Amino acid sequence: MRRYDQARWFDDDRYQPLLAETDETTVEVGGDGDGSSALPDELTRDELTLPALDEPDLARHYTRLSQMTYGVDSGPYPLGSCTMKYNPPFTEDVAADPAAAVHPDRPDATIQGTLSVLHRLQDYLGRIGGMDAVSLQPPAGAAGEFAGIRVIAAYHEANGNDRHEVLVPDSAHGTNFASAAMAGYDVVSLPSGDDGRLHSEALDAALSPDTAALMLTNPNTLGLFERDIHDIAERVHDAGGLLYYDGANLNALLGRARPGDMGFDVMHFNLHKTFATPHGGGGPGAGPIGVTGALAPYLPAPRVRRDDDGRFELFDPSETIGKVHGFHGNWPVLVKALAYIQRLGDPGLADASAMAVLNANYLASQQGYEIPYGPFHHEFVASAGDQDAAEVAKRMLDYGVHPPTTKWPEIVHEALMTEPTEVERRETLDELAAAFDAVRAEDDATLARAPERTAARRIDQASAARKPRLSWQALRGDG
Amino acid sequence: MSDGPPGGTPYAPHSPADVEAMLAAVGVDDVEDLFDVPAAVRFDDEFDIEAHGEREVRQELAGLLAHNADLVEFLGRGHYDHYVPSIVDHLADRSEFLTSYTQYQPEVAQGFLQALFEYQSIVVELTGLPIANCSLYDAATALGEAALMAARVADGSRVLVPDLLREERRSVLENYVAGPGLSVEAYGSDDGNADLDALADGLDDETVMVYVESPNARGAIEESVAGVADLAHDHGALACVGSDPVALSLLSDPASLGADVVVGDATTLGLRTSYGMGLGLFAAREEHLRQVPGRLVGASEDATGRRAYTLTLQTREQHIRRERATSNICTNQAWVALRAAMHAAWLGPDGLVDLAERCVELPRDLAARLTEVPGVIAPHHDRHHFREFVAHTDQPAPAVAADLADAGFAVDAVGEHELQVCVTETNADHADDLVEAMEVAA
Repeated sequence: MRRYDQARWFDDDRYQPLLAETDETTVEVGGDGDGSSALPDELTRDELTLPALDEPDLARHYTRLSQMTYGVDSGPYPLGSCTMKYNPPFTEDVAADPAAAVHPDRPDATIQGTLSVLHRLQDYLGRIGGMDAVSLQPPAGAAGEFAGIRVIAAYHEANGNDRHEVLVPDSAHGTNFASAAMAGYDVVSLPSGDDGRLHSEALDAALSPDTAALMLTNPNTLGLFERDIHDIAERVHDAGGLLYYDGANLNALLGRARPGDMGFDVMHFNLHKTFATPHGGGGPGAGPIGVTGALAPYLPAPRVRRDDDGRFELFDPSETIGKVHGFHGNWPVLVKALAYIQRLGDPGLADASAMAVLNANYLASQQGYEIPYGPFHHEFVASAGDQDAAEVAKRMLDYGVHPPTTKWPEIVHEALMTEPTEVERRETLDELAAAFDAVRAEDDATLARAPERTAARRIDQASAARKPRLSWQALRGDG
Repeated sequence: MSDGPPGGTPYAPHSPADVEAMLAAVGVDDVEDLFDVPAAVRFDDEFDIEAHGEREVRQELAGLLAHNADLVEFLGRGHYDHYVPSIVDHLADRSEFLTSYTQYQPEVAQGFLQALFEYQSIVVELTGLPIANCSLYDAATALGEAALMAARVADGSRVLVPDLLREERRSVLENYVAGPGLSVEAYGSDDGNADLDALADGLDDETVMVYVESPNARGAIEESVAGVADLAHDHGALACVGSDPVALSLLSDPASLGADVVVGDATTLGLRTSYGMGLGLFAAREEHLRQVPGRLVGASEDATGRRAYTLTLQTREQHIRRERATSNICTNQAWVALRAAMHAAWLGPDGLVDLAERCVELPRDLAARLTEVPGVIAPHHDRHHFREFVAHTDQPAPAVAADLADAGFAVDAVGEHELQVCVTETNADHADDLVEAMEVAA
């Protein structure tokens, strides 16, 4: 089996020193009334204390920090629900084009290039999702959910419907609950059925004249396709509600099924998942939303359209909810996603999903943890059984792989939610399976000692929360 | 790997023999058999999106972007351009940073966690507030989150904002507060600063937050931040200050003026003009720690007793608390925060203060020259400015802006006879040309 040791820079009581432990410089700000200062003293601070590193030291500091960070380029990253696929660097070069570095307030006529890129991405995402209209503005998946629910609220309001509930399956992403609540809705959690899918009777029991929407992920977080989706859509629509599609798992379906065709009214895309833009340690992402024609008038403003002369222009949809980002969202992410889509085209996108689904199924077949629900698609949720899934994850780190998402969804006991994506070759999947099995065979004491080969050893989460120290000032006791 | 249009994804390295063997191991004949998708919803068509080689994609998208006019921008209003040293690109683009996810496994993510902890610490120094999160999306959404936090910790239903607040920012705020049903109302201004009398008249005990910006939407440095905060506190409301890290390097720290929350756009460090991508800055007082939105990195110890970092207080967050979370945010702007911290450490406090002082001097100098142009009065407001100012034009401002665009300059018309002009070290070299063009246009 492949051996792993993460790079580690350390001394007796810490790893890499903090910037402020390398240098701290205090400068006095403002003048002494002799006109040497740009501003009167009453408007300025007295002094500023911050680190100042020479460029060579800065280069070493951050290079060492990067070495103590595990990314997709380091090794397998089968983090369920996050679609940690390879991020082709050529897309960075496309986004770094100096011609793309324009201010968001530029007049339309002077940024026809930028607008044509956005227009094309709106168009392509519409085709991929089977949606009539797309807004690229939401800067992340959760922001897309919030925007989508606000669109749904505006639609109901315009139609005189007073509906205050959003239904969410208990296996859904936490953001679904939080986004609906943030938009002012009461959230009704639906229990999953015995087969891991939406429970039909629970849905019927929950649907009412209060139902504004049902939020659904398909395939769901267990990787299972909601086979009755047409029927579900019909029942939700008959009750006067709308259907929201969480696009987190779209990498399972490219070229096989489209949310619009399934009966969804609103969806978000996670460009940082399905369309390979890098996660950057937590962001930036992008969460464009697509909607049916009936909802298009409510989309965030502005969108891009092409006039009869072929000129691109921004416009505000007639009944717009307004804005969900101060400007136009995360432009660099949008252009990277477009580059990826154009590189792959129809055959590549369809192949990505095929290989993602094959990889998940192959990995599942090669490792020994029980997988209670199937048939799954791009991800599976195994049960760690008698082992603690979080401990299993810590030990997997020692095998040079990023572990699965753990302990969620809760309907699987000690869940290991695993999504290898299409980018792993067969040999890598074999190594991953070997890591699963090696950990599965290990005793609790071994797991409790893990990880041993990572930059830091097991970190005490409880004391971090009990005694929060969130800055170097707090570490010194002066924060 | 060849660069022809791929038949499949070029980023899935499966040989036909591998696929065959994997299918056999799974027990199906065809990969399509793995899709449990009923025929009724099966997509049997194509997207009609052509595949391309890498070179072709780069060439084609560069060709589209080349349709952007090459204008010298004197634009600001919430998105600013400062010179970003090359080292920031080269370090931030290290693929471990770029291709990692949120730090759910801190033992393999110490580097990124430390970088975010350092970012938080820099924000603490600049704002004077003890708690900073490790990023929200942008200034507008950070303002929205601040209002939601205020509604959780204060009683009432009103948020007061400056009448000069950028319309787009206010629109985002209104979407954010629609859930709890807060109303957003404006208080007046006096020559480009807050009108404290108008604010006092508008305030009541139903107000949960008062927002003030410095520098504000007109580029004016707000001289009454403390006055605004005092009035807010008199009515049990939080005082929220909007600013940015460069301005905060020079201005009095907001906490000392009474700010309970500081929000703003931190891309003034680390990110060049990017059509409005942001980095939402968010800092708060200790007493509101458990009501803060977004991710927090904290220090702890590992099993060797060494100091180590981890995401903490996650019980505030959506993946644990679901509908009772302090925010729905998951993916944030972590990599942009990394860049901002790099840029701050490269500049150091000397460099930051120098840069901030130039942001006062450059608009002062340019305004003094523009006001020499017949038909132009600049600055329109008798205030200190930061990066930008409003110029009054006798001619209709949109027409002047259009003429300036023809001459190669992008300048915003913000009123019938008002242009807004933003100048930093990146466009200052073109100030002479702008003045010349204005002599013709105005």
